[in-house]
Amino acid sequence: MSRRFTPKVVTANRLREGDVVYLTADDVWSPFHHAAELIEDEAHAQMRLLHAMAQKLEVVGPYLADAKRGPNGPEPVHFREAFRTRGPSNYDHGKQADFPADMGA
Amino acid sequence: MYSYSDFDESFVRARVAQFTQQVERRLDGSLTEEEFRPLRLMNGLYLQLHAYMLRVAIPYGTISPRQMRQLAMIADTYDKGYGHFTTRQNIQFNWPKLPDVPAILSALADVEMHAIQTSGNCVRNVTADHFAGAAADEIEDPRPYAELLRQWSTDHPEFQFLPRKFKIAITGAPNDRAVTRAHDIGLRMVKNAAGEPGFEVMVGGGLGRTPMIAHTVRDFLPVADLLPYVEAVLSVYNTLGRRDNKYKARIKITVHETGKEEISRMIEERFAELRPLFGGADQALLDDIRVAFAPPAFRNAPVDAYDAFYKADPVFRSWADTNLAAHRNDQYAIVTISVKAHGQTPGDASSDQMRLMADLAERYGHGDLRISHEQNVILPHVHKSDLPAVHAALAQVGLATANVGLISDIIACPGMDYCALATARSIPIATQIAERFKALDLEHEIGPLKIKISGCINACGHHHVGHIGILGLDRAGVENYQITLGGDGSETAAIGDKTGPGFAYDEIVPAVERIVRAYLSVRVSPEETFLQTFRRLGMEPFKTALYESEGAQDAA
Repeated sequence: MSRRFTPKVVTANRLREGDVVYLTADDVWSPFHHAAELIEDEAHAQMRLLHAMAQKLEVVGPYLADAKRGPNGPEPVHFREAFRTRGPSNYDHGKQADFPADMGA
Repeated sequence: MYSYSDFDESFVRARVAQFTQQVERRLDGSLTEEEFRPLRLMNGLYLQLHAYMLRVAIPYGTISPRQMRQLAMIADTYDKGYGHFTTRQNIQFNWPKLPDVPAILSALADVEMHAIQTSGNCVRNVTADHFAGAAADEIEDPRPYAELLRQWSTDHPEFQFLPRKFKIAITGAPNDRAVTRAHDIGLRMVKNAAGEPGFEVMVGGGLGRTPMIAHTVRDFLPVADLLPYVEAVLSVYNTLGRRDNKYKARIKITVHETGKEEISRMIEERFAELRPLFGGADQALLDDIRVAFAPPAFRNAPVDAYDAFYKADPVFRSWADTNLAAHRNDQYAIVTISVKAHGQTPGDASSDQMRLMADLAERYGHGDLRISHEQNVILPHVHKSDLPAVHAALAQVGLATANVGLISDIIACPGMDYCALATARSIPIATQIAERFKALDLEHEIGPLKIKISGCINACGHHHVGHIGILGLDRAGVENYQITLGGDGSETAAIGDKTGPGFAYDEIVPAVERIVRAYLSVRVSPEETFLQTFRRLGMEPFKTALYESEGAQDAA
């Protein structure tokens, strides 16, 4: 059981809008994956998830998603999480339309 | 078409009021998400990958121009200017905000629509042949029976907590356009020796992770016995269905585990108990419903203009050859409006397109519109002399694509571009296949070929019954696409066979092309369809083309 812990970010959807958000180190829900707190310790990850789950009026369905360190902040590991940072591929809708300048990050 | 009774109206309004308060209580914190989730799902509201999604029922695929315009209004006011027609004759809005949903439901109620029972373990929207009431091959319009089933199943106290969701499809024609054999209950109208109409009742079909073709449990059910018999099926399932295991909870597993003979016997036994309890009120109701589905007053006028235009204009002729179907009145045609323009998302219609289709239905189509499970829109009753005008108007808004039944008329679920359950994308695969074959200019030469794509094992994209089926999976963190061949959703229903290892995202379109080129090289004549060729030759030539062509493999 000595497998290395894969770093995580806490992510959820906003209650009112449904938008994908990420928990930052200073407890803000950001629309940007790269602004998320990259959690590299399993116990801390559980604490942060509990903290997120308590914010019932802010977000829905918080969970820990695998992430990795990148030049501009945490980057997603799995393609599903990569899609969540952008929006659908068939239209310029979602984050890629709302924040076009931040999509390269 | 059917108009809401006072009962329907007050029921739907009461549900809107109830859900409005539930949303308020969620937003002020009185309800937790755990408490709210089942309530929103009962009203068709999902939380998807990027946003909420509202699924609105279009009962048996029938919709009026007024309703279509209201959907356009909702798309413009509360969404991003479009809606997505689904394989269950629903429409989905992909971007509603939670605080707006009560207003959307209220706007739907204004035009006798709702999102009730579009989710959850209940009887879902009853689907029907999209050519119902118009098709030349039809015994009887199945929609009065579908409406009877809708009224019976809506809020039915015994069937709100079934082991799993329950889907009923109905067709009045021998040619099955409603995929009845892949439903929990499929109803196909037949005639007995005396010439009376009744139903062949098929039970236990379904797609998903365990695809099964339904078994016929009754060869001939008199139409007057429909409700007690369907209630008997539900009742047996409600008792036997596996509530212990979500993956074994559909009736197809119940039928499989119980055996066709035994479950037929149990259904008949229950039916014998239930039949005497139906005292005729259902038949009186059915008579009232039938009046609402009376055929329109067909016009009697010459069709010379159509014939002349058909001869003169090759673009119109191509569209007429693919997108028209035989109407029971030979001066009329059934128009399938392709919502599958090459490169566009299958089943997505913009608000402008919705309004134009509503206008055409009103002006040329006796005020009738249908949504097909193949994600197209139908004008079921158009006089042939009006077809050139209809075609010209459709062309103005990108709806005149002549591809119905061809390789680019693809069913695709929303896949991982929207759906929280998806394991891979489907939409970009569909658009790339359509564009590739358009570039090759081969689709008319290929002829009838149904490609169906699902972005996960749940099979909303009906891939098991695609002539070519594509299933998107997550293989070790990479999108991978499995191909099946020989599936068929018609009266000769069959589940497709897997070709072998899957293909990566950038390999799946070339793989489909190799299959199609293999077909073109081995068919005996242009008249032999892909499915016929597959049935004659089996998997081998296609497997060879897929896996033995040089440098083309990407086995996973």
